[in-house]
Amino acid sequence: MTTSAATTLDNVQLDAWLDRRLDDLLPEKLRKIEASATPSMSLIATKGTLDWAYPPFILASTAAALGWEVAIFFTFYGLLLLKKNLDAQVSPLGNPAMPMKMPFGPKWFRDRDWPMPNLLMAGIPGFETLATSLMKKTFSNKGVATVEELRTLCIEADVKMIACQMTVDVFGFDNSEFIPEVTDYVGATSFLPVARQSNVCLFI
Amino acid sequence: MTEVAQRLDARGMNCPLPILKTRQAINRIASGEVLEITATDPGSLKDMAAFCSQTGHHLLSSDTAGQGYVFLIEKA
Repeated sequence: MTTSAATTLDNVQLDAWLDRRLDDLLPEKLRKIEASATPSMSLIATKGTLDWAYPPFILASTAAALGWEVAIFFTFYGLLLLKKNLDAQVSPLGNPAMPMKMPFGPKWFRDRDWPMPNLLMAGIPGFETLATSLMKKTFSNKGVATVEELRTLCIEADVKMIACQMTVDVFGFDNSEFIPEVTDYVGATSFLPVARQSNVCLFI
Repeated sequence: MTEVAQRLDARGMNCPLPILKTRQAINRIASGEVLEITATDPGSLKDMAAFCSQTGHHLLSSDTAGQGYVFLIEKA
């Protein structure tokens, strides 16, 4: 009787002591685990226009440069960014946020914004081609890498380039149309666990 | 005078190229060696500091030089 009463008391005291010790020790231990863990990021790239091609590749390559583990899931129009022949276009039509400035000429000319009426943008054939080449020129003027260069840098930095198999089927693509460095052709079921484990998950 | 093992000319490059090229150059030098980077990208001031704090390499100095910046990074 006395022995079991003494044991119960010990356990209560033991638990209280353990609680205090854990309060002391755990924050430091957790901080150390946190500090030594490799940060990870997963991106879901869903757009295939030139303006939307930059964000996933810039974010992925920069994170990889910082030593993070990065995976990009290319789905829907994002799949176009994996094509061997990368030909992303952009159009200001329906894109009122896009500034229309000329990337050539004297400074006062370059600073002018040229608002285009929708009728013009929709009516003139080849307007997207013009807008695309103007945007590419603007980027090259400012020393920004091309999308192909950024994609290559991502691959060299071991960013996992994952293609959505469903999108390949639905849009009637063939795997041979895509760059050989594609890590895998999977569905959302396979990618979601990756997204769950990553520290940062972005939908682009 | 710190001995520079490798020089990287990142002038004219804009985000994210300076950092990406820095990472490639750092991979090619040995631990303890110093990489010198010249850049014109105004964002590179903060980017180099962030790069070093994230990767553990040491930012020895960051100075303005003429139209741009000069950074000295020691590989950890």
